[in-house]
Order: sequence, then C-alpha cells, then structure tokens
Amino acid sequence: MRTIRNVFLKEVVDNFRDRRTLISALLMGPLFGPILFAFVINMSVKQSLSSADDPLDLPVIGSEYAPNLMTYLESNNINIVDGPATRNDAVEGVGNGEHDVVVVIPESFGENFSEMTPATIEVITDQANTQAERETRRATRALRSYNQELAAMRLTVRGVNPMVMRPLNIDEVDVSTPSGRSAILLGMLSYFFIFALLTGGMNLAIDATAGERERGSLEPLLCLPVKRDHLIYGKIFATCLFMAISLSLSLTCFHFVLKFMPLQELGMTPNFGPAVVLMAFLLLVPFALVGASLMTLVASFTKSFKEAQTWVSVVLLAPTMPILVVSILMVRPSTALMFIPSLSQHLLLVGLIKNEALNMLHVAVSVGGTLIIGAGLTWICARLYRREGLLG
Amino acid sequence: MIRVNGLQKSFGEVKAVHGVSFNADDGKITGLLGPNGAGKSTTLRVLYTVLKPDSGTATIDGVDVVADSLGARARIGSLPHGSGLYPHLTARENIAYYARLYEMSPDTIDGAVQTVIDQLNINDFADRRTKGFSQGQKTKVSLARALVHGPQNILLDEPSNGLDVMATRSLREQIRELKHAGKCVLFSSHVMQEVAALCDEIVIIAAGQVALHDTTDGIRNATGCDDLEDAFVKAIEMVGPA
Repeated sequence: MRTIRNVFLKEVVDNFRDRRTLISALLMGPLFGPILFAFVINMSVKQSLSSADDPLDLPVIGSEYAPNLMTYLESNNINIVDGPATRNDAVEGVGNGEHDVVVVIPESFGENFSEMTPATIEVITDQANTQAERETRRATRALRSYNQELAAMRLTVRGVNPMVMRPLNIDEVDVSTPSGRSAILLGMLSYFFIFALLTGGMNLAIDATAGERERGSLEPLLCLPVKRDHLIYGKIFATCLFMAISLSLSLTCFHFVLKFMPLQELGMTPNFGPAVVLMAFLLLVPFALVGASLMTLVASFTKSFKEAQTWVSVVLLAPTMPILVVSILMVRPSTALMFIPSLSQHLLLVGLIKNEALNMLHVAVSVGGTLIIGAGLTWICARLYRREGLLG
Repeated sequence: MIRVNGLQKSFGEVKAVHGVSFNADDGKITGLLGPNGAGKSTTLRVLYTVLKPDSGTATIDGVDVVADSLGARARIGSLPHGSGLYPHLTARENIAYYARLYEMSPDTIDGAVQTVIDQLNINDFADRRTKGFSQGQKTKVSLARALVHGPQNILLDEPSNGLDVMATRSLREQIRELKHAGKCVLFSSHVMQEVAALCDEIVIIAAGQVALHDTTDGIRNATGCDDLEDAFVKAIEMVGPA
C-alpha cells in the first residue's frame, strides 16, 4: 500500500509541474466541449431565428409573365430579384452554387392560366446543398399556398365549397417536453464529458509508461525492491485523479456556459443545475478507471512518447462507437446496455438531463460493471508489467 | 557479496550469456570488462532481477535472484545503463522518491538523502529540477539515488559513459570510498584502462563467456602481454571469434 501511495503522490506532483499535462487536463479537455457546444448552439439559434424574419431574395426568370404571383410572393416576405438570363444559365448557376434556388416561369404561363390547364413553374435547386434547403422550402411553400388559394377561388366561382378539396385535416401534436427536446442536443454532451475525462489523464498515462521508458527511468525503477503491480497501480490511480479533475472542471464549465446560452429561444430548458452536475460527476467518474487502465495498457505496448500519443488518441475515439451506434438505432436504455462502459454513462446522463427519474438498478449496473471492467484492464496492465520484454 | 554460477540467457536465437560464473567479494571492486555486446549488461540485468536467467544461478548475499527477487533487490543499489531522472523533480526529490520506495522509515529519509548529497558533492544543484542537467550531474544524482538506502552491493552498468575527465575522476573517488566502506562493487566497462585503474579483480567477458578472471597482474601473466590493451585483446581471442 505504501508503494502505491508513494508512486501515486510522485506522479501527481511530477505531472502538476508538467505544462503538457496541465494544459491537457485543466484547459484542453474541460474547455473544448463547452466552447464547441456554445458555438454550435449560437449558430443554430441564429439560423433558426433570423431566417424566418429576413426577407428571402428569390431570383425569378420570366417574372413578367405572372405579375399577380409576384405580388403574392412579395406579400409573403420574398423579394423578387432578377435571375440569370436563361433557364440553362439558372441550372448552371444552381449547380455551381452561385444561386441557392431559382424559379422559372415559362412564357406560356398566362395562356395556360386562362385556359385553366396546369401552368408549370420550375423550382431549380440542388438537393445535395443543405444550405439551400431552407430557402427552397420557403419558396415552394409560398408557391403551394398560392396554388391552393387559386384553386379555392376557382371552386368558389363555380359555386363549390372549397372544403371538398380538403377531406383530411392533418395536425401534428408534438408531445416532447422542452427538456426532452434539449436532450437530443445535450445528448452529445456526454461525449464531451468523456472526452474531457480522457484528455485529462492522457499525458500522464503516456508519461508514466512510454515516457518513463524513453527517459531511461523505468529500468532503475524496476530495480527497486517493490512489486511491479504496485508501481502500475500507483500510476493508474494518479491518471484517474487527473481524469476526475478534468471531468469536474468540464461539468462546472458547462453549468455556467448553459446559463448564458439562448437555449430557451430554441424551446429548450436544460436541466443542468448544481445537483445535476454533482450527480453527473458521480455517474461518469467510474469511467476514469476504464480510461486510465486502457490508456496505460495501450501506451505500455509502444516504444516512444510519440508512438504512444498516436495510439492513445485512438482510445479517445473508442468511447464514441457505442454512443454513435445507439444514437443511430435509437435504442432505449436497458439493463443489458448498462454493462457497456461509456454507453451506460451516456444513457444515464441523457436521462438525467431529460429530468427523468434515475433507474437505480441501471445506475448500480453501470457503476459496478464499469468498475469491474476497469479492474480487469488494470489487472492486465499489471500482468504486462511483469513481462521481461517491457524494457524493450 | 555476489555469486554467479553458470548463467545462461538467450533472446530468441541469440545467446547473450553462455555460462558465466564469477564471484565478487565485499570490500573489493570487481570489474566486468568486455567488448560491446559481450553480455555484460545482460549479466547485470539478471543480477538486478530485471531479466530471468534461462539456467544457472546468481545470489546476492546468499539470496537467490530468481527465488526471492524482492529480497535480492533490497540488497543492491543499481545504476542501470543510461539511467534517467524525472525532469520535473529536483535532484533531492528524485533521491527521496527512491528512498520512499525502498521503504525507509519516513523520519530517516531526509537525513539519508542529505547524507548521500554530501557524500557525492551535489549540494550545489540538489534543489534544482533535473531538466537540463549535464551528463555528469545526472550520473551523480543517479548514483546518489542508488546509494540512499545504504546497500551492501552496488551494481554499476557503464557508469562513466559520456562523462568528462573531471567527472570520471570524481566517480572513481566515490567508487573507491564505497570499497573502503566494505561494500561489494561490481561495475561494467569496455575500457581496459578504466578497469585497470580501479579494480581489484577483473572478469573479462567475451561472446557471453568468461575469458579470464584475475587481478591486473594475473591477467598480464596469463596472457603474456605487458600492455593491458594487448592483454585484453588476447584474452578475448582466447574464447574464439565471437
């Protein structure tokens, strides 16, 4: 026990003096998530709020053939601007991204109109261009409602109730609560936290293994009358401490960042008060043992600090895998899933943010399962340290 | 006191050590001399239990390095080849870390650390972080670290590598003082002159075998060469081409 404590204390002191560890544990990990998150949220708020009010500039070819339609569009907050000269120019212009959407009204529009045969209006757009999607939708929506108004007027003139055109009235009822809606977006928070946790310990995990070997301090250390298992336990626990520090900083940062974000305008009220922060910490912190032992394990196989950095970075991505699969498949939390580290933390955290009651069985399985897997990985690290080949 | 008997160690196809036997006694400096790749480091690594021998035995003060590796390690202070320090810790902290890992009692650690710092003359830079230390300073701190618990047996793997004349001289002084204190010092080198200047007994190793084990004069007589370098070369040739 004394050996474990001595190694632990030395690694903590050593790494608190190492600028690289401090930057990754106290700056990079905790700040990366909140900053990226704030950026994404602000962007989407700006987009969803601004585009509804801003007039849309819509290039139209042949606007002179349909003056009434143009007046209608303008009353719908759409500015008609001069488009490309010909239809071919328009297709080309949309294709290379010069225009998002162009409306083409043929010369025969007026003629068709008075003959009451369907008049064709072309909306030229690029479905692959996601930026143009919103503008295209606005243009087509305006055209459709003009279409419906005209149809209703024609029926009324002939003495038919325009309601015959609407046998169905479809009304969507959205039952998601504001907290629930925010969970979709806040679901990606769990990865930020796991990322912060892992980055916090990354440098220490490498320094204590590959770094120690590269420096030549490993061999004299192994010559000491101490059990190698105890050396590795001390190192892994020190890594866990840095991961826990990084995690708590990251959670605290998010607590403050979310306060200053215009989430209400998106219809979200994230549940992220001090009690949730504390609970989230307790739910996530067992993952530190898995992260620390996994990184130590990976770094133990490498020959140099640089090589270790490359491979350990892969460990940063590994926890995304289960989260990604589950997000795509929309799996509901189940007890079986709670055995998977990172995934169980993700599911519990999403529930927590949605303000759902915590399933205590799930919590117990998640914490227990994660700690058991972490202990198993730690044991493998200790086995690895008993090998002769360790010195390389 | 170190006893090595019929030590063998292979790495895959390569036989690094092929039946090495020798004794190193207390109060004497024993030099392990041999060309590069002769098996010096491998022999020392078996002695400080980082490697396990394929066959043969080795004991430190009667403690077997395989059967009780922890006990054997507790009886040695070692300076492996290319020993590194922790750059963010001061020299004193580096030494104290090892003292703690040797499980010295907490109230004796500070005193023991100061004693080796005085003994090795490193007071001037004892409280500086070791980042940027010269090779000579690093070697002194590494040696202090190995001696802090007052081991009876001291193993040094090419300690004078990369040291200038002054640093080498002061290192020799330290090693002689250890001898006068009745310690068993075993050190390896590939430089004949250095071994001759310092050692009471010389074990010449070539191709993983002991070519000769004698005093300096004994080696001169056995090879019939007056010049030590010639004697060294002749001794190596005696075990046949590597």
